[in-house]
Amino acid sequence: MDVTFQFDWQAAIASLPHLLTGIPWTLLISFGGLAIGFLIGIIFGLLRISPLRLLRWPATVYIEIFRGTPVLVQVLFIFYGLPQLLGGPINAVVAGIAAIALNAGAYISEIVRGGVQSIEKGQREAGLSLGLSRTDTFRYIIWPQALRRMIPALGNQGIVSIKDTSLFSVIGVGELVRQGQVYIATTFTALEVYLMVALLYLAITLSLSFALRLLERKGLVGQ
Amino acid sequence: MNDSQQDATAPIVTMEKVNKYFGSLHVMQDIDLEITAGEVVVIVGASGSGKSTLIRCINGLEEFQSGRIVVDGNELTPHGKGGKSLQTIRTEVGMVFQQFNLFPHLSVHANVTLAPEKVRGLDNTKAWEIADRLLERVGISDQADKYPGQLSGGQQQRVALARALAMEPRLMLFDEPTSALDPEMIGEVLDAMRELANEGMTMMIVTHEMGFAREVADRAIFVHGGRIVEQGTPQEVFDRPQHERTQAFLSRVLKH
Repeated sequence: MDVTFQFDWQAAIASLPHLLTGIPWTLLISFGGLAIGFLIGIIFGLLRISPLRLLRWPATVYIEIFRGTPVLVQVLFIFYGLPQLLGGPINAVVAGIAAIALNAGAYISEIVRGGVQSIEKGQREAGLSLGLSRTDTFRYIIWPQALRRMIPALGNQGIVSIKDTSLFSVIGVGELVRQGQVYIATTFTALEVYLMVALLYLAITLSLSFALRLLERKGLVGQ
Repeated sequence: MNDSQQDATAPIVTMEKVNKYFGSLHVMQDIDLEITAGEVVVIVGASGSGKSTLIRCINGLEEFQSGRIVVDGNELTPHGKGGKSLQTIRTEVGMVFQQFNLFPHLSVHANVTLAPEKVRGLDNTKAWEIADRLLERVGISDQADKYPGQLSGGQQQRVALARALAMEPRLMLFDEPTSALDPEMIGEVLDAMRELANEGMTMMIVTHEMGFAREVADRAIFVHGGRIVEQGTPQEVFDRPQHERTQAFLSRVLKH
């Protein structure tokens, strides 16, 4: 091995303009998928704690399937498998967003369930005893408190999902890792470029962590 | 208008042969009870005697399995099938809980205005007026913009009282309102309740405060093993208890 190898900062910096073209795709798939996943999570998380078994078990089946299989397999299934059923190709970005949405949705369902169940029984009783309907008790009393408690766990899931999008280079989405691979194929600067790719992921996830910490601190007022 | 509201002497609460089970445990046994408008009733008994369960059935926080409960002309039926009348009852019956159960994410003011706005449909200005008046009355007006977590236990419980009163209830239920308080804060909550009783509010109070019960109550009810064992004026029940269960309970409570 060549022990005199030098880390080439100039090569690393030079790769940045190309790598940055991947960022919009990474963000689109991450946040698009997470937004839909959050909606899925609210719906299935609440179904999961429904008093009706008929509503509970489909939610449980969905959660177990999408939490128990790798997101890589899920996206391969959607991108390569589903077209055979549908008879037409699926856009790679759409497949990526769908995979993140379904995968994060399963985890967020459990976060929502835990958050809602963590609110003391007395809160519900106080709302009902004031004459609020069950829906209003949930909407004005349980949910706002549950949402605040869910923020740290939602932040974790957001970070996990952002990193999961790196797997979607395999279906040819032009996201961050894919752009790195393309660049390395012509420059052979793997060490420099993958370090830059890692730093860019870190920049995205740290920004999210920071934003959530602000949100959490604001949300904690009065608690 | 229904009949009971027109007739001032009609009971505001009627319980007939009410039975409740927690699994195989028979926690309320053939409870018969009538509460007249303006009456202040204290319910005493050992923990686990069913006294909290009794008042929690009246606003439907607990289901019962047989019998009937009528609150101001609205009937609750067994197994929680109150439907519309349950909702009506809850708007007319206020409750104060042992653990206060204030909404921690809302300011003191918003705790009080929430139900008048969402249930009664009052506009914000009207609801705030009511809240201001009630918070003033329980001595919390200078804390209205704070959050419940910033208040002492006694202050929180007084806010909880104001919150319940904001719905202008016909009946107030108190489930051990001072049991979670530090001793030095019990007085301020009892004072607010005493004032309410003097204004003629119908009150059902589950409490261990025997001195307060004796002073404020028109009637004392002793509950044991899910039954009403003895009832009468506080003097009758506390000074000349007829039933040995009552005697045993009082001797244990009054010793301290």
